[in-house]
Formats: sequence, structure tokens, C-alpha cells
Amino acid sequence: MRNTTIIALKEFKSYLASPMAYIVIGIFLVLTGVFFATSPDTLIETSIKGFLGSGSILLLLFASVLTMRLLAEERKMGTLELLLTAPVRDSELILGKFVGSLGILIVMLVLTFYYPILLRLFGDPDMGPITAGYLGLFLLGGASLAVGIFASSLTSNQIVATVVAGGILFALYFMGMLASFLPEALGKFVNFFSLSYYFPDFMRGIIDTRGVIYYLSITALFLFLAIRSLENSRWS
Amino acid sequence: MIKVENLTKYYGKRLAVDNISFNIDKGEIVGFLGPNAAGKTTTMRILAGFLLPTSGNAWVADYNILSQSLQVRRHIGYLPEAVPLYSDMTIRSYLNFAAQLRGLDKKRIRARIEEVVEICHLEEYVDVLIGKLSRGFRQRVGVAQAIIHEPEVLILDEPTIGIDPIQVAMTRQLIRELGKEHTILLSTHVLSEVSIICQRVIIINEGKIVAEDSIENLSSMIGGSRRIRLEVSNPSAKVVERLCQIEGISRVSQEGSQYILECSTGEDPREKIMESVVQNGWTLLSLESVEMSLEDIFLKLTTKKESDQ
Ligand SMILES: Nc1ncnc2c1ncn2[C@@H]1O[C@H](COP(=O)(O)OP(=O)(O)O)[C@@H](O)[C@H]1O
Ligand SMILES: [Mg+2]
Repeated sequence: MRNTTIIALKEFKSYLASPMAYIVIGIFLVLTGVFFATSPDTLIETSIKGFLGSGSILLLLFASVLTMRLLAEERKMGTLELLLTAPVRDSELILGKFVGSLGILIVMLVLTFYYPILLRLFGDPDMGPITAGYLGLFLLGGASLAVGIFASSLTSNQIVATVVAGGILFALYFMGMLASFLPEALGKFVNFFSLSYYFPDFMRGIIDTRGVIYYLSITALFLFLAIRSLENSRWS
Repeated sequence: MIKVENLTKYYGKRLAVDNISFNIDKGEIVGFLGPNAAGKTTTMRILAGFLLPTSGNAWVADYNILSQSLQVRRHIGYLPEAVPLYSDMTIRSYLNFAAQLRGLDKKRIRARIEEVVEICHLEEYVDVLIGKLSRGFRQRVGVAQAIIHEPEVLILDEPTIGIDPIQVAMTRQLIRELGKEHTILLSTHVLSEVSIICQRVIIINEGKIVAEDSIENLSSMIGGSRRIRLEVSNPSAKVVERLCQIEGISRVSQEGSQYILECSTGEDPREKIMESVVQNGWTLLSLESVEMSLEDIFLKLTTKKESDQ
């Protein structure tokens, strides 16, 4: 726990000290702002669907970019040798990296609170879908960060890490589209594993336990794989 | 303090460390000497917990590297060959992070940073970004990181590689100082370094230990035979010839005005040499017995091994 906190804080601080996090957050705010402002849902329904819909896809991209350096750079610069020879469990290291990047995700999401605040000022939005939507984004973002950390643990090349993370995430996201071409039973099954399947419910204001469990399981699975990947590198 | 038993490491199919065993007692400074690719880094990485061995076992500070890896890592200070530094951190924040990872509490960290910065002569640079430091300084930050938690055992992988001569001398001095309080295993491919810093040497080549002993014992074990350096004035071509005739001398070579005489094992022909000098009417400038240098030992060991195969 202590070790996890130490690593998470170090990671969070180094995000704040480098331009990358600011650029990612900036682009995220600009793009989702454009979608929010131009979406008919904003004016007609006074909802943040315009933001949530675009935000969910952008999160996949930005999670891959934010996490790419977390382990790949340590491996490349040799600083992984410091971390792996410190009395810190591999799981604590991975969790620390995860929590650190989760901190940036939270900052990014908090900065978007001005969308619902604007709606509150000029209308009477239904807060249910807004709360559920944010929960959905947070869960989806967390799962994406976990995938990114796993990808970053595989290589010392940050570009490779981003591409692998992006590849896994978009495959998981768009798997649902593939489902409509499959026989119904199989299609339904595939849908269950798609990152995009549960998200619309959250947007509508429904917090489906299966959705929550799904995103948490994806997060746990990829964090576990990242830990295994570190352990494996000791056997290399 | 360190016990290594039949340690073997394969990288895929490549054998990097081949069934090595050795012991290091508390308080010793031991040199781990070998050419590039001998397996020094691999062995040290296993001891430090960065890598796991393919087979074999080891103990550091009485903890097992396989079953008590976290304990081992708690009691070891490790300077990797590529010094693991974050260039966007200052020395202070880096040492603070390293100390936190080692489990030191806040109060102790502040005091220890002051101490190690002084030991490593980094006082004036504590608030400088590591990326702006020269290699010699970076190396010392690496050492500072390794000793911040006052570990019983220090493992230093080529601590003087790639830094300028003044820094090398400073780092060696620093290591000797550290040797008063820590058990140290230090790797190098610089032969003279071992005799300057270490009490004992383990020589490794192609993953195998070729020799292991105190520096004095090693030279007598390998050499067995005595070497004598002779310097005479008015030398002539006949000197070598005459010297060769002396009983107990196996080989004579000339280096300028000096002659190196290799004696047969167990012989001490110094008296006979003196007689010969007098008989031939040479003027004796010096006659001394020379010890084999580590260079000679190493050459002898590695070539002996090659001819065995
Ligand atoms: N990560 C690695 N993957 C594959 N081979 C390696 C790796 N590290 C070292 N080796 C090989 O193992 C051998 C021993 O290397 P090393 O332990 O670094 O030797 P030294 O430190 O004595 O120079 C060398 O042949 C080297 O090429
Ligand atoms: Mg090496």
C-alpha cells in the first residue's frame, strides 16, 4: 500500500512536470467541447450525450498515449532496474503506475464538469444520466489505462506500446460491430466482451451491475497480465 | 554475506553464467573480474533480484534470492552497470524517491540525504537536474542511491566505467571508504582496479569462474615461479646468452636495459646471478624480485583455459 502510494505520487508528479499530459488533456477538452457544443442532444435534451459519446472514443486513444511511457521508458532508460531491485512487489509497482495515471484521468474528467455546470446554469438537465455517464467514462477510462499499462510492459519502445494498446482497445471496442454479422447467439456472446456494449446504458442513466463488473474485470485482467509480464522479464 | 551455489543463467539458448559458486564473508571487498560478456552483470543482476537464475541458488545477507527476494532487496545496495537515473529529477528528489522505495521514513530520509550527499561529494549539486550532470557525477549519484538505506551488502557493477581519470580516482577512494562499513562485491574489467580496491578477486570468463583467491595467493599459485628483474650497465648481446646458462633460469627476455629472468619453479638463483655478473665484469645497477601482475595472471589463466579445450 505504502509502496503503491509512493510510485503513484511519483508518477502523478512526473505527468504534471511534462508537457504530454497537458497536451492530451487540452486536446481532449477542445474536441469533446466541440462535440458537446454542436450535438443536438445538448440543446434538445439538455444532456451531455454529445460529450460522453465522443469522450468515450477519445479516452481509448488518450489512455494509450498517457500510459505508453509508464514502463516502456523505464525499461529503455534502465530505471526499471532500480524499481525491480527495490523491495517493492511487482503488483505494487503496477498498481502504483495505474493509480498515478488514474489521477490524471480524474483531473481530465473533473475539468469537463463545466459541461453539466453550463447545462445547470441554462436549463434543467436530468442529473441521473450525467452521473451514470461520468461513472461509465471513469470505468471505461480505467480499463483503457490498464490495457495501456499492459502494452507498455511488453516493450521498451513507446511507439510500439501505444500502437499495441490502441490496437487492443479499438479491437475490444469495435468487436460489437462485428457481432451484427455473426449468428445471433455468437453475436450476443461477442457483444458481452465488447468495451462499447455497456456504455450506452450508462449514457442513458442506467447503472447496470454487469457493466460495472465487466469494466472492473477488464481492468483487473490487464493489470494482472502486466504484473505477469514484469515477472516474466525476470526470467528472460 | 553472499553465498552463491551452482548458479546458472541461460538467455534463451545462450549460456551467460555457467554453474558458478563462491562465498563472500562479512566485511570483504571482493573484485569480480572478467572481460566483456563474461557474465558479471548477469550474476550481479541475479544477486540484486532483477533477474532469476535458470538453476542454482544464492543467499545474500542470509536471505534466499528465490524465496526471500524482498528481504534480499531490502539488505542490498545495488549500482547497476547503466546507472538508473531520472534525468528530469534533481539529485535531492531522486534520492528522496530511492529512499522511499527502500522503506525509510521521512525524518530519516532527510538526514540520510544530507549524509550520502556529503559522502559522495555532491553537496553543491543537490538541487541540480540529473540530466545536466556529467557522467562522473551521475555515477556518484548512483552510488548515493545504493547506500542511502545503509545496506549491509553493496553490489557495484563496473562503477568506474566511462568516467574521466580524476573521477575514477575519486570513485575508487569512495569505494575503499565504503568498504569499511559494507561488504562489497564490485565488478570490473580493469585489472589494476582490483589490486587497488579489493582484498580478494574472483575471475570469471565465458560464464565460468577461472580463479578465486586473495591477490597475493593468486599470483603465487599461478606463477609458482619467481621472476627477477635485472639491470646492468654496458650490456652486450652476450648478456641474454650468459644468463640463460645459469642453472635454475628458464627464460630471459630483454626490455631496454632491463632483463626479466623467469626462474624454474622453486628455484632462487639470485646468488648465481650475482656470481655471473661479477665474472662477466658487468656493473650491477639493480636486482629485484618482481611479483606477477594481475595482467599476467589473467593472461595465463585465460590462455591456459583455451589450450585445455
Ligand atoms: N538480456 C540479455 N539477453 C540476451 N543475452 C544477454 C542479455 N544480457 C546479457 N546477455 C549475454 O550474456 C553474456 C554475459 O553478459 P553480461 O552478464 O552482461 O557480461 P559482462 O557484464 O561480464 O560483460 C553475454 O554473451 C551477453 O551477450
Ligand atoms: Mg557488464
